[in-house]
Amino acid sequence: MFHQNKKQETTEIAYNGGAVVAMKGKDCVAIAADRRFGVNQGQTVATDFDKVFEMGPQLYCGLPGLATDTLTVRDRLKFRLNLYELREGRKMSPNVFCSMLSNLLYERRFGPYFVEPVVAGLKPKTYEPFVCNMDLIGCMNEPEDFVVGGTCSDQLYGMCEALWEPDLSPDDLFETISQALVNACDRDAISGWGATVHIIQNNGKIDMFGEAAYSCVLRPLSLQPAGEKDKITTRNVKTRMD
Amino acid sequence: MVDFTKDDFGREIKLKFDHGTTTLGFCYDNGVVLAVDSRATGGKFIGSQSMKKIVEINKFLLGTMAGGAADCVYWDRVLAKQCRMYELRNKERISTAAASKLMANMAYSYKGMGLSMGMMITGWDKRGPSLYYVDSEGNRVKGNAFSVGSGSVYALGVLDSGLRANLTDEEAYELGRRAIYHATFRDSYSGGIIRVYHMKSTGWERISEEDCKDLHYKYENENPK
Repeated sequence: MFHQNKKQETTEIAYNGGAVVAMKGKDCVAIAADRRFGVNQGQTVATDFDKVFEMGPQLYCGLPGLATDTLTVRDRLKFRLNLYELREGRKMSPNVFCSMLSNLLYERRFGPYFVEPVVAGLKPKTYEPFVCNMDLIGCMNEPEDFVVGGTCSDQLYGMCEALWEPDLSPDDLFETISQALVNACDRDAISGWGATVHIIQNNGKIDMFGEAAYSCVLRPLSLQPAGEKDKITTRNVKTRMD
Repeated sequence: MVDFTKDDFGREIKLKFDHGTTTLGFCYDNGVVLAVDSRATGGKFIGSQSMKKIVEINKFLLGTMAGGAADCVYWDRVLAKQCRMYELRNKERISTAAASKLMANMAYSYKGMGLSMGMMITGWDKRGPSLYYVDSEGNRVKGNAFSVGSGSVYALGVLDSGLRANLTDEEAYELGRRAIYHATFRDSYSGGIIRVYHMKSTGWERISEEDCKDLHYKYENENPK
């Protein structure tokens, strides 16, 4: 029989919809995500779904993809992160965090979590910007400009290639990443409905406590001061709601 | 039978250029109101935010389109031609019933060959205003209120709760607009601009074309959470 209403293939990665992007700036990084949570591609169920999670004072991780796996991977990551920090008595650096995440994902090589992680942060001590993304089974990619993930990654690559330039100030970086995300989502039916942007910067002062927080001295985490250095700005961006 | 969804080499061809849509039309004392969105999608990709989904067939006939974009545009144009031919031959405008039947008959003659259309045809003739639903399966139904497309379920929820015969013009436009707006919010495949048309005894009139984004923040300010 012809004209069988062939259902469009709904892959797990595009079941709930969503997009995340991260960019490097001058002594700062930004990570941004949309806020939609939909089902069956078409139906928007919630518009306050966070896809980016704080994993340290200067470390954020975005997990676009299948929403159930977003939450599972977030929890499992947090568990391993806590265990590491307890055992080592220090914070985890972004590159170690990425290796850990990559390892976690590859453990499910033949039954993967359907997420496309995006990591952004500042490296300890040097406060060098760091961005990284990987595929759903943990193949890392660490470029020196920007990374994207989610259902409108094609559109995001286009926007980022057009808008990004080296050494953006925190304010310019906010503008650039917001425009990139919002305009990419406007060409994707299943991303958008609001956006959240995090700007991670350091204020230039070298403070002892911040340094100590990353040193190998073994002491309870609760005694570690929240680094003066990290200044995180989180803003919700108004977008189209259709 | 031939499989039209495959090409000569057995590969799936891109036949389904469906655009997710929300369209609605309803009758009330002062005529018929049509309201539609303007988004065209191919899968999850948004191809256009400015589609004209209301087709002005002539001064007293309007058609809405949902389903395959190309099918709707083409067959609406064929219908417009046939209506004009009727007018020239008979020195009289075609009735809404006859126009919708032309459409239904054309669709029926291609039944099973993969056409994808869901349209409403409305007009004002000797017998007054009327509204028909016609689709590519061959259905042709006369009715009081219809909504067609992927967002129709959401639109009907709003429409049914506010529809009365004695609405004022302004109330009727706002009801149609609101119904489409709520559909664009819930349905990913509907959005863009909301167009509202009114079919009157003097012919159709374009009432408004408003961006969903503006409407969203307008409604949000009117009704803060």
